Amino acid sequence: MVKRCWRRVLAPVLAMCALATCAARAEVLVRDDRDVAIRLATPPQRVVTLMPSLTETVCALGFCERLVGTDRYSNWPARVTALPKLGGMHDTQVERLVALRPDVVLAARSTRAVERLEALGLRVVVLEPRSQDEAKRTVATIATLLGQPEQATVLWARIDAQVQAAAARVPVSLRGQKVYFEVDSAPYAAGSTSFLGELLTQLGLGNIVPPALGPFPKLNPEFIVQAQPDLVMAVERNLRDMPRRPGWAALKALQTRRTCAFESRRYEMLVRPGPRLGEAASLVADCLQALP
Amino acid sequence: MSAQEQRRRTRLAWVLALVALLGGAAGLVAGSEGWSLAAFRTMLADGSAELILWQIRAPRTLGAWLTGALFGLAGAIAQGLFRNPLADPYLLGSAAGASLGVVLVLAAGALTGIGLELATADWLSRFGLVAAAFCGALAGVGLTLSLARGAQHTTRLLLAGVVVGVVLGALNDLLTTLAPDALRGKQAFLLGTTGFLGWSSCAVLGAVLLLVLPPGWRLSRVLDALTLGEDSAASLGLPLPALRLVLVVLMALATGTAVSQAGMVAFVGLVAPHLVRRFVHATHGYRLVASAAMGGALLLLADVLARTLIAPQELPVGVLTAVLGGFYLLWLLHRREIAG
Repeated sequence: MVKRCWRRVLAPVLAMCALATCAARAEVLVRDDRDVAIRLATPPQRVVTLMPSLTETVCALGFCERLVGTDRYSNWPARVTALPKLGGMHDTQVERLVALRPDVVLAARSTRAVERLEALGLRVVVLEPRSQDEAKRTVATIATLLGQPEQATVLWARIDAQVQAAAARVPVSLRGQKVYFEVDSAPYAAGSTSFLGELLTQLGLGNIVPPALGPFPKLNPEFIVQAQPDLVMAVERNLRDMPRRPGWAALKALQTRRTCAFESRRYEMLVRPGPRLGEAASLVADCLQALP
Repeated sequence: MSAQEQRRRTRLAWVLALVALLGGAAGLVAGSEGWSLAAFRTMLADGSAELILWQIRAPRTLGAWLTGALFGLAGAIAQGLFRNPLADPYLLGSAAGASLGVVLVLAAGALTGIGLELATADWLSRFGLVAAAFCGALAGVGLTLSLARGAQHTTRLLLAGVVVGVVLGALNDLLTTLAPDALRGKQAFLLGTTGFLGWSSCAVLGAVLLLVLPPGWRLSRVLDALTLGEDSAASLGLPLPALRLVLVVLMALATGTAVSQAGMVAFVGLVAPHLVRRFVHATHGYRLVASAAMGGALLLLADVLARTLIAPQELPVGVLTAVLGGFYLLWLLHRREIAG
């Protein structure tokens, strides 16, 4: 009798508890790069991304079908090119974006667009990774936001494995060689504190840019000539122009063709702090293995 | 004033009012999908009208008109003040100042490493781009005024404006070199866009227009007197330096507000007074008001075009006004050459 009574009372209570935990599980809470807390009752089903690396992260985590729009530069994976293109970070098409009724917008820092979107009642998560730690945190934030935090560990483990496999392929003779990685012909370089610089370090390479200069410093061209990098890496077009820059013909790396020229579609992999960092590492390793 | 001139003025006023109304209606109908009445009807039916029409299109349309009106007004004041039809509202360092303000805020984070106190940087980045642009514009004009030692001499004022523009521009470049992140924000800001205007922007723009237009209208007789030359104007017993200072401040207020809300929209301030002069030969009182209405009408139409020309993509309205305004000026030059 007592037992049956217990069952009668306990069963609904247990069921309610289960429901409550379920509801608690469904609610998501993340902190973005502005340190703003974003709380959603359920994981968002309609997502807009305004930066290629964020688009790629959402897809790599397996939530590509939740995307309803992206910025104009997002082009990977191929299926996102069919989605509505909502301009860039600074000329975001507010009306079109709002009409898509996203539950959440993932964006880089840009006060005007973000402010306006939030004023219109949209939930905006600001994420702009610069180092690998930040990229890792971004992956975790997005996975938590989309309701499957464990996916972040899986994805990052895959990236790590890819990077390690790439590092193992780097010829021993190249270990510690100093790299000049050009991200812009101004010239801006990838410093050792940027996610790119960190990737080069993981591959066992050195960097001509000291950490003190920051992630992407603008250098005096003379600095590069004097530093005499052992290896020069850049997008194809820039690398082709380098010997014509005043004094750059004296760069031994250029003379001996110890260079990595990346084709522009593949180069995108390298400069986006997203889930393709592992592939990017493999790209660099391919080049290093093929060097004379 | 001849009856014919009176008729022309009335006609221009009606045309400008009509363009504003039609442009406003077009601004409400033209959406991100271009001109589509079907889309408009579905939007009214599915309940998103409040959000899309009232929260986005309406303030954007009104905001475009108000921004254009401020630029038109500032342009008319500038051209009257300097007695130069090529003077524009950016002349006295407001553009360079606004741009520097924006870059300062954008670079604040990066600059913490290079000597700025952390507290200052935090305060600066909270300050917001809009306020920074506004203060920058006023500071630029203030610097010009102090370099020119007030507004007594037009030439000195003009030269000081050029110098301030160059120096602030250089500072600007220096900052973006030290903090490259600020560069893309600056470029976006320089582009000029009406896409982010909301009701709060409209309130600010409207309030400043209401604040600047009445005193501008009252002081228009100073501009009329100046058309006779500085000496003649002074001989009329007008306290020229003080009045000119007030006009410069009004111009800076109008420009600074418009720039801070919509960025550097090119050519509206230059072209609007030109167009008004083409149609009527009025005194400055009418000219200021008409230039404001003309500027509003121009930017409103440009905004509707920017939204619809390549819909569903969008052109930055600043690019469109620069192209249209540039061609208008070229055409004007060409005609003058033929006539001359």
